[in-house]
Amino acid sequence: MSTTAARTSLDEIAVQHHTTAEEIAQLNKPKRSARSTVGKIASYVGMALIVIYCILPFYWMVVSALRTPDEGRSTELLPSPVSFENFVGVFAGNNNFMVSLGNSLIVSSVTTLLTLLFGIIAAYALARLRFRFKGIILAIIIATSMFPGITLIIPLLKMFTGTYEWFPVNWMNTYQALVLPSLSFAMPLCVWNLTAFFRQLPVELEQAAMVDGCTPGQAFRKVILPLAAPGVFTTAIITFIAVWNEFIIALTFGRDQDMQTATVSISKFTGQYGYDTPYGTIMAAGVVVTVPLLIAVLIFQRRIVAGLTAGGVK
Amino acid sequence: MATVTEASRAVQPPPGDTHKRKANVLSDGQGKLAAFLISPTMIVLVAIVGIPILLSIREAFFRENEGIDPNTGLLQGGEEFVGLRNFTDIFAGTNNVTSTWGTLDRFINAFINTSLFTLVCVLIETVLGVAMALIMSKAFRGRGIVRAGILVPWAIPTIVSALMWKLIFDEAGIMNRILGAQVLWLADNFSSFWAVVIMDVWKTAPFIGLLVLAGLQTIPAEVYEAAKVDGASVWQQFVRITLPMVKPTLVVAVLFRTLDTLRIFDAPYAMIGPAKYSVETLSMFAYEEANATRYGPAAAYSIVLFLYIVLVAFIFVKLLGADVVGDEESKALREQRRRKKAEGKLAGSRTGKQRTSITSGGMP
Repeated sequence: MSTTAARTSLDEIAVQHHTTAEEIAQLNKPKRSARSTVGKIASYVGMALIVIYCILPFYWMVVSALRTPDEGRSTELLPSPVSFENFVGVFAGNNNFMVSLGNSLIVSSVTTLLTLLFGIIAAYALARLRFRFKGIILAIIIATSMFPGITLIIPLLKMFTGTYEWFPVNWMNTYQALVLPSLSFAMPLCVWNLTAFFRQLPVELEQAAMVDGCTPGQAFRKVILPLAAPGVFTTAIITFIAVWNEFIIALTFGRDQDMQTATVSISKFTGQYGYDTPYGTIMAAGVVVTVPLLIAVLIFQRRIVAGLTAGGVK
Repeated sequence: MATVTEASRAVQPPPGDTHKRKANVLSDGQGKLAAFLISPTMIVLVAIVGIPILLSIREAFFRENEGIDPNTGLLQGGEEFVGLRNFTDIFAGTNNVTSTWGTLDRFINAFINTSLFTLVCVLIETVLGVAMALIMSKAFRGRGIVRAGILVPWAIPTIVSALMWKLIFDEAGIMNRILGAQVLWLADNFSSFWAVVIMDVWKTAPFIGLLVLAGLQTIPAEVYEAAKVDGASVWQQFVRITLPMVKPTLVVAVLFRTLDTLRIFDAPYAMIGPAKYSVETLSMFAYEEANATRYGPAAAYSIVLFLYIVLVAFIFVKLLGADVVGDEESKALREQRRRKKAEGKLAGSRTGKQRTSITSGGMP
């Protein structure tokens, strides 16, 4: 009896002593069940696994690039000693890698600029104007991006080697032979992405501008274009990366060592160290080609993800 | 557009009114403007895609003369029309190769490789991608890091990742060290097939995850709360809510991946090499033929690949209802046409049972 009495008195003291606000806060806190804690830990573990999955092979490339050239196939987890010799080897004379990088830069920039030039106005029309056959045109554009590249390359190869009588010029190893076929996949990608961006901008903006006396053209130039700049920029990055990473067109039409793009050049590396596959040099070249892209992607990741998911292509 | 301009045109000026109808800047003349804006893009696409496709079809029915002229004893030049021979020769059994799948015609071998690559890669990528998206959608913090990580495989050029994995799969490479086995991944055998699959999955599964995550984020939380109140298990929630609601995004993502994998070229070419029959795909085979200036057969094979891709896309759109275009307006117009057609049918069979349908709107 006495013990229960003591407890009640204790409880009373506790109630009296504790400030009610604190207690309410305590009660308001969601109960942390063991289950939700486990869920939280599981989600962290899952995310860690995803990151490791994505990064680990890339880590291996970087590590292999940092070894000494004769340790190309080493399976040590860390390079010892750390050496930049492979990077020097990449730019050694017989690889012509600097020229290849320049070619990649030229082809990617020109293609991106051309696609933007054509793509912006087409995408605006597709997103905003009302006209007949819109569905068909959208379907054609999306269908072109799905064509197998090889179907286009075979006749183009015959054409650019001057085999057709009606096309008597040899365009092999020229920039136009690299840029024009690249438009076939860059253009749909660009138009598609931009259409998605223009659709997201509220129509009321142009309507207001037109009510104020703008023509549709002026409304586009003065109102929409400045607002769509981030979208245009994102599309430019995505298109640039797609062209930069392209392989089969560059492999077909840029055969001279002076006209190879970076991706083709890497695939043909023989290195300075004889017949054995010069893995160290190849990995170093891979790092050189990839790191600028990765930096751009990481800086603009939020936008790029938005662009990729809005466009839904590639 | 049809509805708007036709409606505005239908407003005839009242008889006797000499004034011109006032122009409506918001809708009039958009067809012309649109044609003006879109035609540059369409012209480019016709020039660099349309014409080559037509040329490709033409090439598929011709063949370079390779024999020696019996009269002059010189190499024959030019080309001749061979009808469907470039296609039928696939089954003539004159170009057999031996690979994992037995001794087959080189084309059929490439066809099997292409199909299996597509099936296996897309299947694994979809499962992994959905799993990744589910994990990311549950994330409380650190989503930015995961997103950055996921973009790494996407941004690395396929050719570089192929060479990267070539080093990993090297006979004395890290993969064999981890597995503690001596698998000859790169030696043109069945393991080579899996090496390419693993590389492709690594590169694109995160991308599917990214697309699916965007789909997941459009599902309102209330739906799950309601399901929880009704006592649905986690599995039930996934099957009955998540999957159906993410299906439109997922189907489009899978369609794009499927079409992309059907034309796979870079990965097997750079990892295993050209003319390695255990991984040779249709794109690679057609490329080799074109490189040997056998344009006819090369074009024929690429046309088969093209038709294959069209067929797969058609199946996706018709059977799985992939809404690739995703344009609200054209969807609405199509719906309107369909309804009109249905109404017309209804009017035709007035005495039919369909009369009870509310949407018919027809009075007896």
